[in-house]
Amino acid sequence: MQPALVIEQLSKTYQGNFQALKGISLTVQQGDFFALLGPNGAGKSTTIGIICSLVLKTSGSVSIFGCDIDTDFSQAKQLVGVVPQEFNFNQFEKPVDILINQAGYYGIPRDIAIGRAEKYLRQLGLWDKREVPSRTLSGGMKRRLMIARALMHEPKLLVLDEPTAGVDIELRRSMWDFLRQINATGTTIILTTHYLEEAESLCRNVAIIDHGQIVKNTSIRELLLQLNKELFVLDIREQLSDCPEIEGYPLTLVDPHTLEVEVEKSQSINALFAALSEKGIHVLSMRNKTNRLEELFFDMVAKNLTGESHD
Amino acid sequence: MTNKQKWIAFITIVRREIHRFLRIWPQTLLPPVITIVLYFVIFGKLIGSRIGEMSGLPYIQFVAPGLIMMSVITNSYSNVVSSFFGSKFQRNIEELLVSPVPSWIILAGYVVGGMSRGLGVGLIVTVLSLYFADFSVHSVPITIGIVLMTSLMFSLAGLINAVFARNFDDISIIPTFVLTPLTYLGGVFYSIDLLGEFWGNVSMVNPVLYMVNAFRYGIAGISDIDIVWAFVMVALFSTILFAAALYLLEKGSRLRS
Repeated sequence: MQPALVIEQLSKTYQGNFQALKGISLTVQQGDFFALLGPNGAGKSTTIGIICSLVLKTSGSVSIFGCDIDTDFSQAKQLVGVVPQEFNFNQFEKPVDILINQAGYYGIPRDIAIGRAEKYLRQLGLWDKREVPSRTLSGGMKRRLMIARALMHEPKLLVLDEPTAGVDIELRRSMWDFLRQINATGTTIILTTHYLEEAESLCRNVAIIDHGQIVKNTSIRELLLQLNKELFVLDIREQLSDCPEIEGYPLTLVDPHTLEVEVEKSQSINALFAALSEKGIHVLSMRNKTNRLEELFFDMVAKNLTGESHD
Repeated sequence: MTNKQKWIAFITIVRREIHRFLRIWPQTLLPPVITIVLYFVIFGKLIGSRIGEMSGLPYIQFVAPGLIMMSVITNSYSNVVSSFFGSKFQRNIEELLVSPVPSWIILAGYVVGGMSRGLGVGLIVTVLSLYFADFSVHSVPITIGIVLMTSLMFSLAGLINAVFARNFDDISIIPTFVLTPLTYLGGVFYSIDLLGEFWGNVSMVNPVLYMVNAFRYGIAGISDIDIVWAFVMVALFSTILFAAALYLLEKGSRLRS
């Protein structure tokens, strides 16, 4: 099966000699839900910019479903839809006009475009706002409008650059459901996000990019298997004045009723409860403190900074 | 893209451009009409009646073609420069850049949008001018030909200005310091015979002079310069500007990083 995206030795050097990408190679398979993670300035948006031809590459190649973006740019552009990080629609136009015009740029007849605009405006909860100036939409609505716009020509590859930035939790989850539906219909999705929970929840495969290089490219499952520690927060019934000491379990007293503990995967959590119980401490509830993927991400970026090698 | 898809893309851009200037008609259509009416009242009726004849025509009939052409020039230019720069500023030009629309279609769409406003305002001004001056059309093909080519040329120039512009100052500098002097010194209000040999020769490098005179010839049958030469000059300038504009869009200058 033809990969959805193949990037080979992609480099980008901006004016001022800033090297944003240092020869990255990446393959995304058809139907995948792929996360591109990295800290600010890592090269994620540059990569996306090159894929959708808003950024001119310095060297390397990009092909979308086998269509090279240099030699077969028209076909390649038909296959990809992009949702950028910044709002980039005419704030004075109405949402319905923005969508119909976008379809027109892809050569889609107006009658078909009108039908699709209604479909996506309804699916994304914007139908009631279709005739208002788009500058009056809320931030979340503007993001959904950009998703609808990217889908108007029904691309086989959808690229989203931080689509849920600044969106409240409820809306974010509804956008996740929508993206899952789009992916289930066969659309390949590439996502960059700062919300690592988002990548863990939605994506099957991941590449971590830092300082213009891919430092990890694997499945989310494989990545999480590498995690050997978790940090738990324990809510305690008793009021503690000192932090209890239990061998093998580094505890921290956060406040008189809260403890934190780091537990390795090989360790039994029952033994911790038993030891606390022996000391007359009763645990009322327990939860994960941090997102698991977030820990790994910080670990990898930190290793990259110190020059440690990665497999 | 197939030819049909390209046509749909072109029509979409043109429709959007026309819709834009119609939506904001108090900013785009009304001011030039008021300005030109004031010109007719002041230069045509009040002062013009004391000037008498210019090149054998009553002054109001002499200035009317120039004023119509002035409105075509400024509106063709300002429509494209403000629309294209606005798209750059709001970044919605990216909607076109990520799409498969060829650069020449983008160029054609914006230029036809600019020409629509230029010719639309020109038509309104022409109708209004009939209230102030009686004139008939001497040559329909020359009149229509030169007005179309002028509108095309200044729409192209507006797009090039917008590509290079980094801020709103940059889109007002050329109209204020280049376009307005060229128009005022382009024989709208006087015959270059009044300038004497030296300044008359200097005026010959002003492209607006050719357009105004060719248009005046089309309307009134008089001109300070050779009409064939006027068409050649406007065609030459338009070709150079078209090539430059297309090159800038193809290269992605100031549009793609």
